[in-house]
Amino acid sequence: MRLRFPARRATLLASPTLLTFLTTAALGCASAPPPPPAPAAPARPAPPTPAIPPPFPSTYRPTPAPPTLIRNATILTATESGPQRIEGGSILLRDGRIAAVGKEVAAPADAVVVDAAGRWVTPGLIDIHSHLGVYAAPEVEANSDGNELTNPVTANVWAEHSVWPQDPQFPLALAGGVTAMQILPGSGNLIGGRGVTIKNVPARTVEEMKFPGAPYGLKMACGENPKRVYGDKGRAPSTRMGNVAGYREAWIKAAAYRRKWDEYERKKKEGKEVDPPERDLGLETLAGVLRGEILVHTHCYRADEMAVMIDVAKEFGYKIAAFHHAVESYKIADLLAREGICSAMWADWWGFKMEAWDGIRENLAMVENAGACAIVHSDSADEIQRLNQEAAKAMAAGNRAGFPVTREQAIRWITANPAKAMGIDRQTGSLEPGKMADVVVWSGDPFSVYSHAEKVYVDGALLYDRADPRRQPRMDFDLGILDVRGGGR
Amino acid sequence: MNARSLALALLLSSAAAGVGAETIAITGAKVHTLGSAGTIDGATVIVTDGRIVAVGRGLALPAGARRIDAAGKVVTPGLFDSLSQIGIVEVNGVEASSDTRVHGERFDAAFNVADALNPRSTLLPVNRIEGLTRAVVAPQLGGSLIAGQGAVIDLGAGPGYVLRSPAAMFAALGEAGAGLTEKNRGAAILRLREALEDALDYSRNRAAFERAERRPYLLSRLDLAALAPVARGELPLVLTVHRASDIESALKLAHDYHLKLILAGAAEGWIVARQIAAAGVPVLLQPLRDRPASFEQLGATLENAARLRRAGVTVAFMSGDSHKAWNLRQAAGNAAANGLPWEEALRAITTAPARIWGLADRYGTVEAGKDADLVIWDGDPLEVTTEAEKVFIRGVEMPMESRQTKLRERYRKLPPSFDVP
Repeated sequence: MRLRFPARRATLLASPTLLTFLTTAALGCASAPPPPPAPAAPARPAPPTPAIPPPFPSTYRPTPAPPTLIRNATILTATESGPQRIEGGSILLRDGRIAAVGKEVAAPADAVVVDAAGRWVTPGLIDIHSHLGVYAAPEVEANSDGNELTNPVTANVWAEHSVWPQDPQFPLALAGGVTAMQILPGSGNLIGGRGVTIKNVPARTVEEMKFPGAPYGLKMACGENPKRVYGDKGRAPSTRMGNVAGYREAWIKAAAYRRKWDEYERKKKEGKEVDPPERDLGLETLAGVLRGEILVHTHCYRADEMAVMIDVAKEFGYKIAAFHHAVESYKIADLLAREGICSAMWADWWGFKMEAWDGIRENLAMVENAGACAIVHSDSADEIQRLNQEAAKAMAAGNRAGFPVTREQAIRWITANPAKAMGIDRQTGSLEPGKMADVVVWSGDPFSVYSHAEKVYVDGALLYDRADPRRQPRMDFDLGILDVRGGGR
Repeated sequence: MNARSLALALLLSSAAAGVGAETIAITGAKVHTLGSAGTIDGATVIVTDGRIVAVGRGLALPAGARRIDAAGKVVTPGLFDSLSQIGIVEVNGVEASSDTRVHGERFDAAFNVADALNPRSTLLPVNRIEGLTRAVVAPQLGGSLIAGQGAVIDLGAGPGYVLRSPAAMFAALGEAGAGLTEKNRGAAILRLREALEDALDYSRNRAAFERAERRPYLLSRLDLAALAPVARGELPLVLTVHRASDIESALKLAHDYHLKLILAGAAEGWIVARQIAAAGVPVLLQPLRDRPASFEQLGATLENAARLRRAGVTVAFMSGDSHKAWNLRQAAGNAAANGLPWEEALRAITTAPARIWGLADRYGTVEAGKDADLVIWDGDPLEVTTEAEKVFIRGVEMPMESRQTKLRERYRKLPPSFDVP
């Protein structure tokens, strides 16, 4: 939310090499789950060896579940091509993966069969911009851990170290069909720190939630927030030009740091005896961006500032995965399409601050129609519960104004497109054999206000069932206070 | 006065009141009258001089009427937001453009949003083209637990658009009230009691006060004068409270002082629904408030509206918003998806506020004699994929234009032309 300094945009990872590298690196840890069966994706070149093994490895393990066949459903696959909508379709979830999708799918004898007549099935929803866990409920000062407002560049902080897994808002998002999300630091800083991608599962530790193999995101922020925060403290930046100077100075240092480490690695490889350079947490993250290992997510409202940020990225040789809160993307949708940068947007937020003044309801549809990548994000513990409705509103606004959008396209705004910008599109985000079985069964058309997520599967396990109060996770905080049970919360 | 000059005088008075003089016939629509006629398929709605004059099937069209074919469409009353900041803020983050709260402690009760309202605000067209035609504009809490007085407006913004001022006094208890007093929710109640008693005393002893023969009061003279009608039970007091126990405190306060109480927020209202119903106190709520966002909202649930209605409480919905207050109908749709009967959800943004805000003789249903606040929708008005096609406010068809539609058109083709269209 605005008071929380919505996060910056991310750079879309275009490099398949990087994805493979990150996946392999995380899976290489002893505590990581076994490697998943290879999804249907082209083979990629062998990854480079990471200079420093990633700490805080994922310990996520899928919940064991029997094979499940969901049949008779209207399926929106969220795929880019091939059948995007299957009427009377079936989907088989087995060993945590999607085994088959189609008109006719044979079920193994031991499969749980879910008759989904009248229901719709979509991929699990993905929120590319969340602060759950770092701004947990109740919203008391003691739970406010999203913005390290002590320095305009805090590339050294990692959002995962603020995530409270017991935030009672996680299960609310699950009841809205959200199976994965990127949790970002706030946007009070020019460079706010690393985001973390998680699976939306009840857990005791954040490591148990971390999405295996997901690349890290770096949160950056344009515009009003950083200049206000630090201008009010009487220090730089206090202007937009101060903001840009701040980014560039940070990248200059990062480039030098990267060179120093590359030199060390080269000498080591040559068999020379050299001492490693001193580690710097912040520069390590920024160098990771320059190496293409970490995806840049930049909070940026205004079109002109997005253009400047694209130039900064070019100056230092990195890519931006996505602009977040991009209320003016419709003004430069052609540029964003050309650069291959996603826009993560709200359906209709506008006017709450000066840089949001030109927000319009057709933003998503205009970006989509320009051939650029459109994403619905929440940045809100409320709207993360209803990403489907937000997408529906943006779709309807476009259709009314002559920017046609189909349900097959709009479902990608909250599944495949955020997966792509988060670098997890080879694992999840669409219903294709080999991908993680992150699946939602909706009571009806997911673009209707009256539809509920009835069943939510994460890696094939039924983690939320609207019809079964025992399958509606409650976090520790919820116990013994007030029982509000009945449907959703 | 002859017939012609009478007609002219009526026309002028109509114009002065911001109403349309045109005769319009909307035909073929499914009309949710919300009156005794219920929902009528293929109905005709006839509008003259800003009022609805007839509703039904097979009505003869008056001579000279402009016919609007609405076959396959849905007609409802214009929607009503029971608590917003529409017209008193342009950009929230730009302080100079925002008059939503009084930042001092002087003149808080005396502050009336009507003195700060801007009918030319960009927020009026942006909201009305989405079907929102009426709203309560309420002050937000500033330096004191009494925020000031709100008004009811129509979003047509013509002459006479301020329909009721003051409509109510606004204040808060619970955590917000505690924060504005001695950091204790009990202290907030004491402060409010003290203010009410001062206002009553002032009201009964005005002459003595002017002679400086009364004890010192907590409030300034203008605040006391503004609060007196509240203390006398004439002007409604809207108290924002969430925790069930705070709601009970508010009900007790209202009982003790014979206040005309309206509860706002009421996240845990369902827990004390029977007491609220027994007290005959209406509730303004946000149906989507379902998170334990604070320790006073641990019982928040999407079923709040349904459970309150089941207990017999009068419920209206509020956005609490300004820029996208139109999402009120999405909120109503969610209430309907969580246990509230569909028509009850529509009533919570039409007939219920009409009753709560004392406008039921003029607004709230599609019936003869009512102001012609009408919306033609391309489908179910509570559905998120439905759009408003035409909006009438007191008989005037609103241009479906806003600052946002102009931006959209400028950037329809890239690169844009910066000529004025």
